[in-house]
Amino acid sequence: MELSMSTRVAGGCTVLTVGGEVDVYTAPRLRERLIDLFEQGSRRVVVDLSGVEFLDSTGLGVLVGALKRLRAASGALGLVCPHERLLKVFRITALDRVFSLYNTVEAATAATGTDNDTSA
Amino acid sequence: MPTVRLSFSPAPAHVRTARLVGVATARRAGVAEDLLEEIRLAIGEACSRAVALHRSVGLSQLVDVVMTDDDRFTVHVTDHAAGTEARAADPKNPDDFLAESPPQAPRTPDLLAEEAVVARMGLALLAGLVDDLEVASVPGGVGTEVRMSWPLMRMKAPDDDQWSPNRAK
Repeated sequence: MELSMSTRVAGGCTVLTVGGEVDVYTAPRLRERLIDLFEQGSRRVVVDLSGVEFLDSTGLGVLVGALKRLRAASGALGLVCPHERLLKVFRITALDRVFSLYNTVEAATAATGTDNDTSA
Repeated sequence: MPTVRLSFSPAPAHVRTARLVGVATARRAGVAEDLLEEIRLAIGEACSRAVALHRSVGLSQLVDVVMTDDDRFTVHVTDHAAGTEARAADPKNPDDFLAESPPQAPRTPDLLAEEAVVARMGLALLAGLVDDLEVASVPGGVGTEVRMSWPLMRMKAPDDDQWSPNRAK
């Protein structure tokens, strides 16, 4: 499925809801959107991956890039990733220890909107 | 004899097509449903790698994917990028291939460029997903071949040979 993205504000965070497939073809658009949000001043960002059907290493790279940018600016990134299908990708690459992963948008905004540093 | 052969120009958009064809072929071949998601990801990673290698050297030649379903469902993804054959490893030892860029937990993500993360994660995903993985130089040519295989659950006819599900208990 094509990549879909929408943005809203919740719990002091910018929530980017992503749907469809994030792969080598679509990931550049996700990267652009995350950079746009950063340049518009968003420092507490939650990316909701609940509707993502497929995520490959290119998508992981984009998310790592966003994490790096936000941390360098004293911001925070939370990922909503409730499905085993995607969690497996984070686990295999050991990125589950790098990202702050949450089951719900509410949990993600609650943690990302308040903590300065969400790393474990 | 290949069951399905697919060649595509090294454009990121075609990687999805390769994934779709791969999963459809695997399902048709009799691979267990719970392996299909891994196959989708693994074929995607192998094809993304090949596309990236072709693009890195400005090569427009097609990436080749060959799928067979003899005793296992086997997928070969072949790139033709010069220089990659040097990075192919002992086909018996995927660890050599992975030494090219060791998939370790990035303890300090701040130090990692996104591109390095992608290359590393791609390899980590392939190695983590595929039990039977080999990467080798293309015999007598330029490029590398990633070979991956998964078991079939297709049963042979009971009196066809030595094994039948009823006797396997």
